[in-house]
Amino acid sequence: MNLILAYLTDPAHWQGSGGIPARVLEHLIYTLVTLLVAAAIGVPLGLWVGHTGRGRWAVVNLVNGMRSVPTLGLLFVAVLVLGPRIRGDLAFVVPSILVLVVLAVPPILAGAYAGVDAVDPLARDAAKAMGMSSREVLFGVELPCALPLLFGGLRSAALQVVATATIAAAVSVGGLGRLLIDGQAVRDYGQMAAGAVLVAALALAVDLVFALVQRVAISPGLVPARRRPIDRKNPTPANPVA
Amino acid sequence: MKLIRIAAAGVLAALALAGCAGNPMASSGAGASGESIVVGSANFPESELLADIYAEALKAKGVAVTTKLNIASRETYVPALKSGEINLIPEYTGNFAKYLNKDADVADEAKALAALRAALPDTLVALEPAKAQDKDAVVVTAATASKYSLTSIADLAPVAGQLVLGGPPEWPTRANGVPGLASVYGVTFKEFKPLDVAGPLSVQALKNDQVQATNLFTTDPSIKANGFVVLDDPKNLFGAQNVIPVITKAKASDTVKGALNAVSAKLDTDTLAGLVTKVVVDKKDASAVASEWLKAQGLA
Amino acid sequence: MTWFLDHLAQVGGLLVTHAYLAVVPLVVGLALAVPLGWLATRFPRLYTPLITASGLLYTIPSLALFVLMPLVLGLGILNPLNVIVALTLYTVALLVRTVADGLSSVPEQVRQAATAMGIGPVRRFVTVELPLAVPVIAAGLRVAAVSNVSIVSVAALIGIAQLGSLFTDGFARDFLDPIVVGIVACIVLALILDLAIVALARAVTPWLRGGRAG
Repeated sequence: MNLILAYLTDPAHWQGSGGIPARVLEHLIYTLVTLLVAAAIGVPLGLWVGHTGRGRWAVVNLVNGMRSVPTLGLLFVAVLVLGPRIRGDLAFVVPSILVLVVLAVPPILAGAYAGVDAVDPLARDAAKAMGMSSREVLFGVELPCALPLLFGGLRSAALQVVATATIAAAVSVGGLGRLLIDGQAVRDYGQMAAGAVLVAALALAVDLVFALVQRVAISPGLVPARRRPIDRKNPTPANPVA
Repeated sequence: MKLIRIAAAGVLAALALAGCAGNPMASSGAGASGESIVVGSANFPESELLADIYAEALKAKGVAVTTKLNIASRETYVPALKSGEINLIPEYTGNFAKYLNKDADVADEAKALAALRAALPDTLVALEPAKAQDKDAVVVTAATASKYSLTSIADLAPVAGQLVLGGPPEWPTRANGVPGLASVYGVTFKEFKPLDVAGPLSVQALKNDQVQATNLFTTDPSIKANGFVVLDDPKNLFGAQNVIPVITKAKASDTVKGALNAVSAKLDTDTLAGLVTKVVVDKKDASAVASEWLKAQGLA
Repeated sequence: MTWFLDHLAQVGGLLVTHAYLAVVPLVVGLALAVPLGWLATRFPRLYTPLITASGLLYTIPSLALFVLMPLVLGLGILNPLNVIVALTLYTVALLVRTVADGLSSVPEQVRQAATAMGIGPVRRFVTVELPLAVPVIAAGLRVAAVSNVSIVSVAALIGIAQLGSLFTDGFARDFLDPIVVGIVACIVLALILDLAIVALARAVTPWLRGGRAG
């Protein structure tokens, strides 16, 4: 405990390109870019599968399969294969973000798919009966109704990415993982523990932001339905940290 | 932290109840009793190769051996060596002496060896060093060398302010890392970029101009392969770095000493570099390269 | 492929260690999560603090936990127990919530029926509530198993040999073969554990096998 405080209260650790604010900012940027890319892939795909009911089997298995890919191994492959093909400082950053995207897509995809899948068939039928087109049903009814579970997927992806982005420091990338890897290299427990605490705090802060956005974005009519019983076959994706 | 501490204590208690304390993986602790020697290594291929060579040489003499390779940096494995979790590790005279005593004089081979032996704790003993040396080096690309006309580290002094230095994450605190470059040569880089221990990240980052200078080892085959330029070290910052087995004194029986000293006697720098090339470039297994070489030398 | 065939024994050995490091925490974690989950459902006031604490544990990066464990436990840095304890923490963190949710998914009527049949609270928990919660718990266990397999590989960065060692070895030599073999072996192991949990859950819930297969 004292080690952490000593590290965190040393003004030298708050300055410059290796300082805590800079590391937090890097960490946030990696997380944000990862989530944007992962959402751009996972949300449309999940909505489409949920809406059409096509490829359901493939999605469930793909999601579970991707979860079992060990992040560290994938990171090393990505850096060895892609690194030499990318110029400048992005050579290590791009492969790292790619690996984080692989990690973030499954929960987002599962959330979007489960959200649409869980929409009350009555609501869907009512919308169709009102003469809505398939597209209108998707965007006017299914998507808003899917938001709670979709956000659940995004939040669990965000937690996972914030915690796992630390691994990227093993391939020279910045972010709070540097405190862990550099701390380990010189056996500086204060630095490592401070890094762990900062990552946990950042994860909580990011989760809080999501919670606030969720509160604003989701129709109040849907809120009581949030605590629906868990679907036995597709439980809300929990978040494995790597 | 408190949460972890409480939770961890609870889990440990549960594990003890479940009888998992006697798990098969804890068998490495058996090294503490009897003849078995636990050989460790640092986290770079040459260290693993040397650990394999020691292990195979000892096995050939009938000594029971287990290996715990790729542990991490010196900062991590030295405590493990002192506590007896590992008993034997391949080391480098100068760097290990400097690690134990940052004021150690390691300018030449005899001084480095004497400094190491003086600085070692009582429980450890450094056996005979090999002729083979593998030094840290500051390496630049041929293009960078000609652009700033660099041949020695000293030439970096006027231009280092515009350049980024790469190296292992422990370099900023190592006496003969970043601080040594500043104090001995007055070379201070614009920035330090933590890479890996003279591995593919360092090579890639240098090729890619993410860093303009980086720490590599003098036995590294990628220096020649990429036409990198090793900057001279006229003030001997990196000192003498003979490969040397360091072992727990209680484990250093005559058989053990004999086997390890015989290895040192046959190992020179070119041999070592050749063996490393087989592992890193030809992608052969370190253990296979180790036994092949030992057999050829009549040591196994 | 040739690399794999030439190193069958080595990969096999690492696979066994890897499985051991992933499965022991799974079993111990489950054993700890059941009483904690029961507490969370039995005493609703405990639900929020328990779930929050386990959620917090989950945000700690695995590398940090591995490296800090020796300090917390007072064990040697190369002791695999450090990894086992760290993974058990993650498993518990993941399963407490699942167990609690599983237990609260047991219909109140069933509980009352059991009580009416004169079954005491302990026996009711073991013979009625827990079995009915198995499907939900098994779903959580599957996630934990798969995530454990992935996290164990990170321990290669602290010198604990398992399949992750193939990653660090391959990376240090700029050599893809061992890394790819390691990844595939991890996926296979995760798949085996996943199937084993599904089979086990099916075996202990014979009443679900009728019309609801698949």
